[in-house]
Amino acid sequence: MNKRLLGNFYIGITAFAALLIFLLVAFILLDIFRGGLAKLSWEFLTQPPKEGMTAGGIFPAIYGTVVLVLLMTILGLPLGIITAIYLSEYTTAENWLARTVRFAVSNLASVPSIVFGLFGLGFFVQFVGTGIDAVVAPKDEVIYGKPALIWAAATLAVLTLPVVIVSVEETLRAVPRDYREAALALGATKWQTTWKVVLPNAVGGILTGAILAVSRGAGEVAPLLFTGAAFFLPKLPNSLDDQFMHLGYHLYVLATQSVDVEQTLPLQYATTLVLLALTFLLNLSAILIRYRFRQKLIRT
Amino acid sequence: MNKFSSTPAVNQRAKAVDQVMRGVITTLALVSFSFIFLILLFTFKEAKDVFFDAETRQAVLPTLLSTNWQPVSENPKYGIVPLLIGTLKTTLIAMVIAIPVGVLAALYTACFAPIWLREIIKPVVELLAGFPSVVIGFFALFVLAGALQTLTGAEFRLNALVGGVAISFSAIPIIFTIAEDALSSVPKSIQEASYGLGATQWETAFYITLPAAYPGIFAGALLGFGRAVGETMIVLMATGNAPISSWTLTDSARTLTATIGAEMAEVVFGDPHYNVLFLIGVVLFLFALLLNSIAEFYIKAKLMRKFRGS
Repeated sequence: MNKRLLGNFYIGITAFAALLIFLLVAFILLDIFRGGLAKLSWEFLTQPPKEGMTAGGIFPAIYGTVVLVLLMTILGLPLGIITAIYLSEYTTAENWLARTVRFAVSNLASVPSIVFGLFGLGFFVQFVGTGIDAVVAPKDEVIYGKPALIWAAATLAVLTLPVVIVSVEETLRAVPRDYREAALALGATKWQTTWKVVLPNAVGGILTGAILAVSRGAGEVAPLLFTGAAFFLPKLPNSLDDQFMHLGYHLYVLATQSVDVEQTLPLQYATTLVLLALTFLLNLSAILIRYRFRQKLIRT
Repeated sequence: MNKFSSTPAVNQRAKAVDQVMRGVITTLALVSFSFIFLILLFTFKEAKDVFFDAETRQAVLPTLLSTNWQPVSENPKYGIVPLLIGTLKTTLIAMVIAIPVGVLAALYTACFAPIWLREIIKPVVELLAGFPSVVIGFFALFVLAGALQTLTGAEFRLNALVGGVAISFSAIPIIFTIAEDALSSVPKSIQEASYGLGATQWETAFYITLPAAYPGIFAGALLGFGRAVGETMIVLMATGNAPISSWTLTDSARTLTATIGAEMAEVVFGDPHYNVLFLIGVVLFLFALLLNSIAEFYIKAKLMRKFRGS
C-alpha cells in the first residue's frame, strides 16, 4: 500500500514535468495572441512603418523575410537534397567518405547560429563579395563586398543545410529496398533507379524536409545581425546587393532599441504574432504532408 | 515494354548519364561537406591576427584574460573573463531547469503516458522547439522579466536569471526529444523481465528503463548544453548585457554570443576588436564541435553496445 503511494508520487512528478511544458507553451501562445490580435489589421500587414517606427505597418519586413527565405531555398535546397541522395544511394554506411560527411553534417547542425553569421561575414561578404567586386566593380566602388540580401540568404542556406540533409536522407532510406532491386534487376542504371524509382516515392518526405528547413531559416535572426538586415529602409530591396528589413530583426530592434518601448509594445506584439504565424504555418504544413505521406506508404 | 529501353545505343547513353550523375552528385556532396571546414577556416582566418600579427597581439593579449571588457575606449581592454562568467551563469541556470523538466517529461511520455496523450505531448514539444528564439527573447523581455523581478526582488529587471530561465525554454525540446528517443528504444524484453520478477510500473521505469537509457539522456543533456551556450537572441534581449564579473544570479550579464551579436555590426574591419570577436566565434565553434563529438560517441557507441549486451 505504502509502496503504491510512493509509486504514484513518482509518476506524479514526471507527469508534472510534462504538464509544465504544456502550460509554458499555452501561456506564451495566449500572451502573444492576446497582445497581438488587437493591433493586427490589413493596414498593419500592407503599410510601411511610419513616424519613426512608432506607427504604421510592417510590410517591408514581411516582404524582406519572404524574399530572403525564397533566395535561401533556391541556394541551399538543391545542394542539401543532392548530398542526401549521395549519402543514401551512392554510399554504404561503412564508407569512410560517407561517415566523414555524416559527421560533418551532424557537427554543422550543432554550431551556434551566431557563428554562421561570422562565417557569412568572413567568407561571403569579405572573401566572395570583395572577390567579385575586384572583377566586376568599377575602381573603388563596393557593390558586393558589403552586407547584402544575397549574402544573408547564402548564410542561411548553409545554416539550414544540415536540416535538409538529415530529413531527406531519412525519407530516402525509408523507400523499400525491393523497389531499387527490382529496377536494377530490369537493367536500369543507378541513376535511372534513383531518378525514376526512389525520388518519386520520396517526394512527400523531401517536401517535409524542405519546409522544416525553410521554417528554421525564417525564424533565425542572429546570423542576419551583420550580414544584411537593416533597421529601416525607405524602399523595398530590388537587387541582390541591397539590404533588407526582416520580421525577426524588426522585432529585436523595436524591443531593445526603440525610443519609446512602451508605446510601440502593441506593434511588437503584432509583429511577433505575424512571425510566429509564418513559422507555424510552415511547420504545420510540413507535419500534414508528412502525415499524408506516411498514410500513402502504409497503404502501398 | 520496358521503361528502361534496351537497344544498345540507348543503353550506352544511359550508362554515360549514370557516370556523369555519379560524378556530379559526389562533387556536390563534397562541396556541402567542405563548408564545415570553410566555416572553421574563415572564422579562424579573421581571428588569427590576435596571435600572429605583432601589433594586434600587443593590443589584445595583455588584457585578454583580465576582468575588463571595454573594447571601445581610449585604452581598449579585451578581458573575456566577464563574458565567460556571463555565459556560464546563464547556461547553468538554464540546465538546472531544462535537464530535470526535459528528462522527467520524457520519462512520463515514454513509460507512463497513455498512447493518446503521447500523441499530444510530442507535437506540443515540437511546437516549443519551433518558436524562433527572438520570440522567446521578446516574451522574456516583457513578461518573464517582470514576473521574476517581483519574485526575487532583483535590483535590475533584466539579469542573468531571466536569460537563463528563457534559454531553458529552448533547451527543453532538445533534451526531451533525445531522452524520449533513448527511453523508448530500450528493448521491451528488459522491461518485461522486470515485470516478470514482480516489479511495478514505476520501479521498472526508474530502476530499469532510466539507467538503461542513461547514455542517450546524457547525450541529450550535452546537446541541450551546447544549444544554451550558443543561444544568441534570447540573451541579447533578456540579460541586460552588462559585462560585469559577478556570480550573483540577479546581476546583469553578458555572454560570449551576445557580445558578438551586439558589437560586430559597429566594429571597424581588421581592427583588434574585430579580430577578438572572431576569436570568440572560434572558441564557440570548437566548443560546439567538442560537445557534439562526445554526444555522438555516447549515443552511438555506448547505447549500441549496451543493448547488444556485450
